Amino acid sequence: MDKEKKESLLSISSSPHIRTGEDTRSIMLDVLIALVPALAVAAYMFGLRAIVNTVLSIAFCLFFEWGYRKLLKKPDSTGDLSAAVTGMLLAFTLPVSIPWWILFIGDGFAIVLVKQLFGGIGKNFMNPALAARAFLFSWPVAMTKWVAPLSYGSFFRISTADAVTSATPLASMSGGALPEGVSLLQCFLGNVGGSMGEVSAFALLLGGVYLLIRKVITPRIPLAFLGTVAVLAFLFPQGNPRLSWMLWQLCSGGLMLGAIFMATDYTTSPVNPTAQILFGVGCGLLTVFIRYFGSYAEGVSYAILIMNAAVWLLDKAFPRKRFGTVKTKKEAA
Amino acid sequence: MRHSFFGGIHPDDGKRLAAASPITALPAPDQVVIPMSMHIGAACTPTVQKGDDVRLGQVIGRSEAAVSVPIHASVSGTVTAVEPRLHPNGQTVMSVVIANDHQDRLDETVRSHAAEVEADPKRLLPLIKETGIVGMGGATFPAHVKLSSALGKVDTFIINAAECEPYITSDHRTLLEHPEEVLAGIRYILKLLELPKAVLAVEGNKQDAIEGLRAKLAGSSDVELMVLRVRYPQGAEKQLIQTVTGRQVPPGGLPADVGCIVMNAFTCYTVCRMVQTGLPSVERVVTVSGPGIESPSNLLCRVGTPVRALIEAAGGFKGETNKVLMGGPMMGSAIFDLDVPVMRGTNGVLAFHAEQNKAKENPACIRCGRCVAACPMHLQPLYLYAFERKGDVAGLKKLNATDCIECGCCAWSCPGRLQLVQAIRNAKALIKRSS
Repeated sequence: MDKEKKESLLSISSSPHIRTGEDTRSIMLDVLIALVPALAVAAYMFGLRAIVNTVLSIAFCLFFEWGYRKLLKKPDSTGDLSAAVTGMLLAFTLPVSIPWWILFIGDGFAIVLVKQLFGGIGKNFMNPALAARAFLFSWPVAMTKWVAPLSYGSFFRISTADAVTSATPLASMSGGALPEGVSLLQCFLGNVGGSMGEVSAFALLLGGVYLLIRKVITPRIPLAFLGTVAVLAFLFPQGNPRLSWMLWQLCSGGLMLGAIFMATDYTTSPVNPTAQILFGVGCGLLTVFIRYFGSYAEGVSYAILIMNAAVWLLDKAFPRKRFGTVKTKKEAA
Repeated sequence: MRHSFFGGIHPDDGKRLAAASPITALPAPDQVVIPMSMHIGAACTPTVQKGDDVRLGQVIGRSEAAVSVPIHASVSGTVTAVEPRLHPNGQTVMSVVIANDHQDRLDETVRSHAAEVEADPKRLLPLIKETGIVGMGGATFPAHVKLSSALGKVDTFIINAAECEPYITSDHRTLLEHPEEVLAGIRYILKLLELPKAVLAVEGNKQDAIEGLRAKLAGSSDVELMVLRVRYPQGAEKQLIQTVTGRQVPPGGLPADVGCIVMNAFTCYTVCRMVQTGLPSVERVVTVSGPGIESPSNLLCRVGTPVRALIEAAGGFKGETNKVLMGGPMMGSAIFDLDVPVMRGTNGVLAFHAEQNKAKENPACIRCGRCVAACPMHLQPLYLYAFERKGDVAGLKKLNATDCIECGCCAWSCPGRLQLVQAIRNAKALIKRSS
């Protein structure tokens, strides 16, 4: 009898019967970890408020994710941590001085309108954080108040009401000249004005290397994106020497954050390798076009959002060649 | 030049559990249940009746269809029933039940064919058919059909000893303990195919067997030992051909279309045993392993032995076993009744705990693309899944759903835990129904 009881517990399911240990939660956790160096630099440059903004933004996103699904009686999905990633990324793309109510609206827009209304994780066609950032330009003044780095009196000072502001390197470059009074190394490390999480190319690259080692992302999209920007900037410099111009273009603005963390967003990028490369190239082209010819100094977020809309098309147009349709010579091996 | 296939995965191979256990013969059970269908092709009709006396190796089922093989008694004794019995596939299938008299009285057809095959290598083909030899790697396609379709058309004979399914070590142990028989089987088939050379492809995780084969092959040039990188599904027929020759079998085509024939190492071993002793396909080595088995073993079993006897011989279950598989964890099937019999293609019986399953209540695709990167057939499993959910047959056809070999790489690597293989299997059924 004992034997029968045991057998009745045997479960039946389709093959395969083993799975990788990696799951959505572990991947999202890796992305959060990869963003920590950039957060550390943001805290160093802009004070404790950078951390408070990030924590608040994550909390707001989790709240909206939980609340929306609770209201619609859908299974809770906060555990997959994708909402936390959105929260962290959105906070990173905003100035440190952003009022918290704007952060709250942005997080709500990202999670409810951009993500959940399309069916939740994996179903949205635009990057939630970037779409929310675009929407938040409804408050242009708050969105372009660039606090000068290391200008806080006390690290623990939360208010930015009387903060010193500074121009971003990109703002001077869109005028067609290399920025003055700040070195390329300062820009690379993050000692410049800008959105709090995007200033340090170095910290973001560190996070990118972590994601590559953990195989969360492949180099295809970031390399195609950065490579395209680099080539175009080198070929068509607006400041001299051309190599410096190229490096400034690569290190400033939201390019690193965009190329490593936004354009590689699984849901809103292609799955086929060739399509991924073309997606990256497209992002790079549009970024340079907007930076050179647009009225905005920065074009990364719009470039990615526009390419997001082309993902389905790219995937459809560039699948891997069907197995067995490659002609091979039938000669002795 | 080295070739390789695209995609694939690197699961924990779990082979350490049973790789060191020598093959031990499991005593024939008091009763065997032999299904009339344990190969791809037409099922056999029983040729014996209840009460008949049968001898070991005697034909007990036959079909006149082109793609089929006869079925033989794996013990001597008395037929106690000819009736539908539960088959490992979950359905009931006409089976012959024999009470074992433990005498192993041989049928008169069981005698050495060595001289006969020596004199005329072509004799091998009808012998392979008559003795019911099928692809023993698990595919169970009748070997004589494969061979006759390859005669005169192929330039490359590949012996599949990749054994890429995790946990399974039956081919590994056979190569290690019986290299001469495997090589002899290969040479019989080489003569039949009139080819100068065969390629014996082994995954690099069977180092001891590789050493042994190397020693046996020293000085001979008719069998080339090729050590392959460990990667699942290295032993899938199309991927193996691609790795060895660089050729891709066209969609819907056969290995012969690209000049290749692939046979499993254990099939070659069975061919050798058949030629030398006349014994038809009535026994095989089964790996009994997995985290849910007390002492993982490699057992030489008679066809028709209940799975329960194998598990008991391996010390029974360990811990909270909640799943028992026939075959490997990537492509094998779960069984719910331990009295189903071992068949000709059964290379493993594995037991697992709940934690190996990692199923999720609400699977969700995050479009990470790992399934695309893992698919050795160049498919896009996530889109196949989406189209299957919508019942979009045109979309499924366009994305070549029927090319899927169900290796399970996509589902293994899916962090959202989608049941991708199940969905694609269903997609194939949808396509079939619509045409």
